[in-house]
Amino acid sequence: MITEHATQVVSRLAAEGVTVGYGGRAVIDNLDVVIPPGVITTIIGPNGCGKSTLLRALSRLLKPSKGTVVLDGEDIAKLKTRDVAKKLGLLPQAPIAPEGLTVADLVARGRHPHQSWLRQWSSDDAAVVTRALAMTGVSDLAGRPVDALSGGQRQRVWISMTLAQGTDLLLLDEPITYLDLAHAIDVIDLVDDLHESGCTVVMVLHDLNLATRYSDNLIVMREGAILAQGHPRDVITPELLHEAFGLSARVIDDPVSDRPLIVPIGRTHVQL
Amino acid sequence: MNERTVAPGVRLGRASFVWRPWMMVVTLLLTAAAFVVFCWSIAVGDFPLGLPQVIATIFGQGERVDEFVVMDLRMPRALAGLIVGIALGVSGAITQSIARNPLASPDILGITGGASAVAVFLVTVSGGAAATIVSSVGLSAAALAGGLGTGLLVYFLAWRRGIDGLRLILIGISVSAVMEAITAWLLVSADIRDVARAQAWLVGSLDSRSWSEIWVALWCMLALMAVVAYIAFHLKPMHFGDEVAAGLGVRYSMVRAVLLLCAVLLAGVAVSAAGPVPFVALVAPQVAMRLTRHPTPPLVASGLVGALLLIGADLVARTALPVSLPVGVVTAAIGGPFLIYLLVRANLRRGM
Repeated sequence: MITEHATQVVSRLAAEGVTVGYGGRAVIDNLDVVIPPGVITTIIGPNGCGKSTLLRALSRLLKPSKGTVVLDGEDIAKLKTRDVAKKLGLLPQAPIAPEGLTVADLVARGRHPHQSWLRQWSSDDAAVVTRALAMTGVSDLAGRPVDALSGGQRQRVWISMTLAQGTDLLLLDEPITYLDLAHAIDVIDLVDDLHESGCTVVMVLHDLNLATRYSDNLIVMREGAILAQGHPRDVITPELLHEAFGLSARVIDDPVSDRPLIVPIGRTHVQL
Repeated sequence: MNERTVAPGVRLGRASFVWRPWMMVVTLLLTAAAFVVFCWSIAVGDFPLGLPQVIATIFGQGERVDEFVVMDLRMPRALAGLIVGIALGVSGAITQSIARNPLASPDILGITGGASAVAVFLVTVSGGAAATIVSSVGLSAAALAGGLGTGLLVYFLAWRRGIDGLRLILIGISVSAVMEAITAWLLVSADIRDVARAQAWLVGSLDSRSWSEIWVALWCMLALMAVVAYIAFHLKPMHFGDEVAAGLGVRYSMVRAVLLLCAVLLAGVAVSAAGPVPFVALVAPQVAMRLTRHPTPPLVASGLVGALLLIGADLVARTALPVSLPVGVVTAAIGGPFLIYLLVRANLRRGM
């Protein structure tokens, strides 16, 4: 229990009694959650359950009407926008870049929180951006316009920008939606690399099997509340899948990893 | 690892900036071109001067006669062109950046529509109140107030938990249409002599500017430019939308409100100095983007292209044609085809 206690103490990001929504309508009501440091946490749940809303509240994009989000021991609402940006990198759903902007220029924007009117491009900035490009494997694309890239490459570039922010806390909202499976694996492997290099990652995913495979901590939501949280091996059961998604499925051992594998049972093509 | 993958930097003491040679060259060339056209527009007239004479006089080395012609007679008009052009170019660049739409311009935010409606109202409605307003604050100032009021109305109508670029444009177009309808109705129902006076105001013109008007416009423009220059640093992340900007530590609502207010006020300065000059604010940022090969409207270059376009158009309006036309007619005639040329050239290059 000592280790669990230690985890509680050094947790960087947590929500305490948070009620949040859009224009007076609460999507999430009185929710508590602690993001464990150093691991990949993935928020899953059916459409409209408040996954993205929770992520947006954690990243300060949405201001809770009640409760607080705590970042490194401080109320995130009381921190300066700029100071939050130095600690927490955020990649929203489907961001868009101006037509013709090059990869290098896009990634360089990630340095904004560290820059000032006079100090707009230091040698530090250049070094960090060069490293971010290399880590995400897009150095060769540096001079290309972002709009000329494939969906997977583009997502790598955006992650590279978030990385150039130099934070070890990354919040990614559906980073692999709209990508084909091969590119999705490619991008999520990259996220895993970042985790290996020491980042705490919180993301929202739709694909349950990828969430199970790649996360160490799953947060399962339904109707604005957390149904279950923990390691995929402990959390993913046929009962939970039925309760959260109304999905009937079998959970079997993944033949290529030590994680569970969800096999959905539809109405047709089933030979039981 | 190739060090050339990221932009090179340039350092001056504690300050450091991204080194963009092409942007630098184009901006310097535009500055030079704007200066030459500025001097040229002073040189041309009933008493023609040579370019060297004009430049010498501007720098205080001219003869007494030249000084009178240059400084007292022609400088106000040329300066008005410079101020209006820069103000419209920068205002357009800001509007297009915030709306993230190349079709946005301060015209669309209702400023020119509102200013025109108020001006025409004051000219055509001969009544006690209208006459009092015109005589006490002047037609330009009243029109400016009308334009700013309309701009604010558009901003508040478009506000719904933040400003969405498309919503802003749609509301702006609707409000402008209402203002144009009011203007048209006033023109139809008014006395024919008033209509002629109103029409003269409605097509932008640099005629008969005085030094006192120029000083006011110049200081307003410089003050606004200082604010824009200060806050423009935060405009760069805003090209990616609100959420990315917020993630990068930008207080986007505040930055956007300040920049839009500056855009509205700059357009207001332009309208009060020259009346509604069409097309410059729309075209200048697009031309500047293509000349500098920059993905977003560059503020400085947009202002310079605006000045070049406006003074150039005024020059053409006064000299090239047998009848002297108001500058507004020529800006549309020059700016439109040039933008089409740039678009067609880009299409051809992409097609190959």
